[in-house]
Amino acid sequence: MKLLLKGGRVVDPAAGRDGEFDVLIEDGRIARIAKSVPADGADVIAVKPGWIVAPGLIDIHVHLREPGQEHKETIATGAASAVAGGFTAVACMPNTDPVNDHPGVTQLILRKAAEAGGARVYPIGAVSIGSRGEQLAELAAQKAAGCVAFTDDGRPVATALLMRRALEYAGMLGVPIVDHCEDPSLKGDGVAHEGFHAARLGLRGIPGVAESIAVERGIALAEITGGAFHVAHMSARQSVRAVRDAKMRGARTVTCEVAPHHFVLTDEALETPIRYDTNVKMNPPLREAADRDAMLEGIADGTVDVIATDHAPHHADEKLVEFDRAPFGIVGLETCVPLVFDRLVHAGRIGIRRAVELLSTNPARVFHLPGGSLADGAAADVTILDPDARVVVRAAELKSKSKNTPFDGWELKGGVVATIVGGTVVYRNGQLL
Amino acid sequence: MSQVMDADRMGRALTRISHEILERNRGTSELALVGIRTRGVPLARRIARSLHEINHEHVPTGALDITLYRDDLMRQPLGPQPVVHRTEIPFSIDDRRILLVDDVLYTGRTIRAALDALIDFGRPRAIQLIVLIDRGHRELPIKADYVGKNLPTSLKESVQVRLQETDGEDEVLLTEPAGAEES
Amino acid sequence: MTLKSRHLLGIADLDPEEIGLILETADAMTEIAARPIKKVPALRGRTVVNLFFEPSTRTRTSFEVAEKRLSADTLSIAVAQSSVTKGETLLDTVRNLEAMAPDMIVMRHGSSGAPHLLARLCRSAIINAGDGMHEHPTQALLDAFTIREHKKRLDGLKVAIVGDLLHSRVLRSNVHLLNKMGANVWACGPTTLMPSDLARFGVRPTASIDEAIDEADVIMMLRIQHERMHGHFIPSTREYFTLFGLTPARVARAKPDVIIMHPGPMNRGVEIDSDVADGPYSVILEQVANGVAVRMAVLYLLAGQEAQAD
Repeated sequence: MKLLLKGGRVVDPAAGRDGEFDVLIEDGRIARIAKSVPADGADVIAVKPGWIVAPGLIDIHVHLREPGQEHKETIATGAASAVAGGFTAVACMPNTDPVNDHPGVTQLILRKAAEAGGARVYPIGAVSIGSRGEQLAELAAQKAAGCVAFTDDGRPVATALLMRRALEYAGMLGVPIVDHCEDPSLKGDGVAHEGFHAARLGLRGIPGVAESIAVERGIALAEITGGAFHVAHMSARQSVRAVRDAKMRGARTVTCEVAPHHFVLTDEALETPIRYDTNVKMNPPLREAADRDAMLEGIADGTVDVIATDHAPHHADEKLVEFDRAPFGIVGLETCVPLVFDRLVHAGRIGIRRAVELLSTNPARVFHLPGGSLADGAAADVTILDPDARVVVRAAELKSKSKNTPFDGWELKGGVVATIVGGTVVYRNGQLL
Repeated sequence: MSQVMDADRMGRALTRISHEILERNRGTSELALVGIRTRGVPLARRIARSLHEINHEHVPTGALDITLYRDDLMRQPLGPQPVVHRTEIPFSIDDRRILLVDDVLYTGRTIRAALDALIDFGRPRAIQLIVLIDRGHRELPIKADYVGKNLPTSLKESVQVRLQETDGEDEVLLTEPAGAEES
Repeated sequence: MTLKSRHLLGIADLDPEEIGLILETADAMTEIAARPIKKVPALRGRTVVNLFFEPSTRTRTSFEVAEKRLSADTLSIAVAQSSVTKGETLLDTVRNLEAMAPDMIVMRHGSSGAPHLLARLCRSAIINAGDGMHEHPTQALLDAFTIREHKKRLDGLKVAIVGDLLHSRVLRSNVHLLNKMGANVWACGPTTLMPSDLARFGVRPTASIDEAIDEADVIMMLRIQHERMHGHFIPSTREYFTLFGLTPARVARAKPDVIIMHPGPMNRGVEIDSDVADGPYSVILEQVANGVAVRMAVLYLLAGQEAQAD
């Protein structure tokens, strides 16, 4: 089976490639990339000038909810949502029910993903049994079963000692520890960013330092252990500063990710357009303008390695309650690319190369995943993007099972044309195939 | 628009009513005046003064706000509720003859509301009704005991009483709706 | 003149004219309490449901009396915590209630924003009787009414509000109202119990009660709950009283005609000395009486609008 992507701008930072090239795919692998490749019996996709041909995008922070919470999302619907969002691969979080602390759950996830088709799924295993923070899970067995990283996300890694041991042990296995950075005593029963808007609305606050204190803990431990420490969903300006300082000091095993909502929205969203909209409730919360601006700076200056969505589906019934009671989280797979183009690229903060680094090159590098580059012989995971597409976000039409997004109705510039996984076009022109 | 009563006629009508009150009630003992807000109140005060001039007795006077007793309250969808003002009846109405005072008697519904309100305040011996203008078109069986002027009107017309205390001058105007002939 | 919204969710949504209208109407309503028959037929045939998810004697009783004085049919439901743990959502609870066609729902709930959720998604007119830490609009209105009775105005007065500012919905509602009406509000409490960006609320924040009370026209004391010791907010009620308790000596620093207020219920000896609570400057019991008239005014002004989906 031959597929030729003809025309278009190939942007592959890992290969140092940025220019007009044709891409020939054969038997699911990249066969040839050159200025003008003859079709020679291949199916041809005409890529318009101005469109971007990128290595498949990879979202390393996604909650697929299966096993245990299939009313919110299943691996099948999550994988479909991923390709609709331009992602050829996702890494899924272990806070399922049961928690993925055992190879049996990892195998279940991989089997379901294979059945679903759609995006590739790389499971992230729990650091501790049940993510309870008491006992280390069998990380080696989990790695052998297919886990690509470990986290207790949903919660922080419970103690400094456990984090130290996890970094040492996982470091031995060459696998990173991802931390939901949070000091539980400072977070308390907070539901929104501790600031003027939460104070005015009478909502209990979570200060930015609740996150940065844990970021600094992880950095300190990564520096003495040499283990790979990755900050999940960074949101506070103090956290960016800590990571930037660490990198400048030469800490090469510290990495971090930011979700689109943290560089687009602020805590003003608690009050406008609707007060107490539970679709703006997530953890870490939307913070104030200075924090959002710090995320933008970090994205532009290289402090931030990865953009990952923290896609967190919740059923409509669960979100249609008082703000205090609503679960934290919003979906993100299908709004990520338009927000990255509209709010970063078109806003002049980063170029297309950097966008591809944040969405493909670096996620692959941080988690040591195959992909992230269109190397000869590599699996043909390709995302075709139109930076100028006019996109209107319609929650009701999302491929995800859940529709909890604050971006419903937003008009954005930049979208996905097609998603190709292993040489097969699985999404094109708005349709799953 | 035409003026159907001027200040002079108004004064004489109120004086005449005062004499009628004294005659009918054989004096002022047990009498009390209660004016219906808004214009019934200054009219009641004037009658009290007039009675005092004639027989040198003081007749207690109160003000009644009937807004909360109206039968058309809460019936206008999404409409504003009329503003409520204080009722001030600083005396007991039990066993008194109450002289209820209003500026215009029309459908009778205001008086019906006033009667309901007064009954909540006590048990008067009798209630008599004084109006400056009776313009007809009763919708309830209500009759005034003392009338300043009977004024036949059509339903399209409107009667406007203006008083010194509330509007700066004393007169009663009869207006045609917009689009009618100019006088 | 009319109120602009079908609901009363918070003072933040009212403009000074609407506040003035409510206070004037309340003035007319106070006279009804002095009558032999304390009833007018204005809300006859209307059904008002008092839905209280948090226990309350004072506010609930006050609303009930107000509703009955307007001749409304009133139904008070104290929702026990167990029905919440049985899994019925707030929305379902209210929708079931609406099947019986109440005209208005007066609700107190422990979560900030609960009445806003209902106002968006349910048909009835909603009166907020206190939502979490957010607002308690009828309390602020009756406080303003009480102040005006004594001071004849609100603008230009120095009002000191002292206590657990962080968790207080009474504070937030009062700050909105007093600012809209031109008063100068000083907000005083321990730094641990101050909300973020307090100055942005338009108040003078201070941790010194002496500074707050100095030459004050009105002193409003807020309740401090005993559980604040568990969040490390205050070490003990004894120390709190030493630093922030309203004693006769402190009252002497205020203006000679100062009035002392408290939304209740009071913790005697914790935020306020008994001698002060029962003393000549205290208007605490008047606040309670005025509460009925103010709530009658709110019910009357909102009742004229039919229940419709937005």
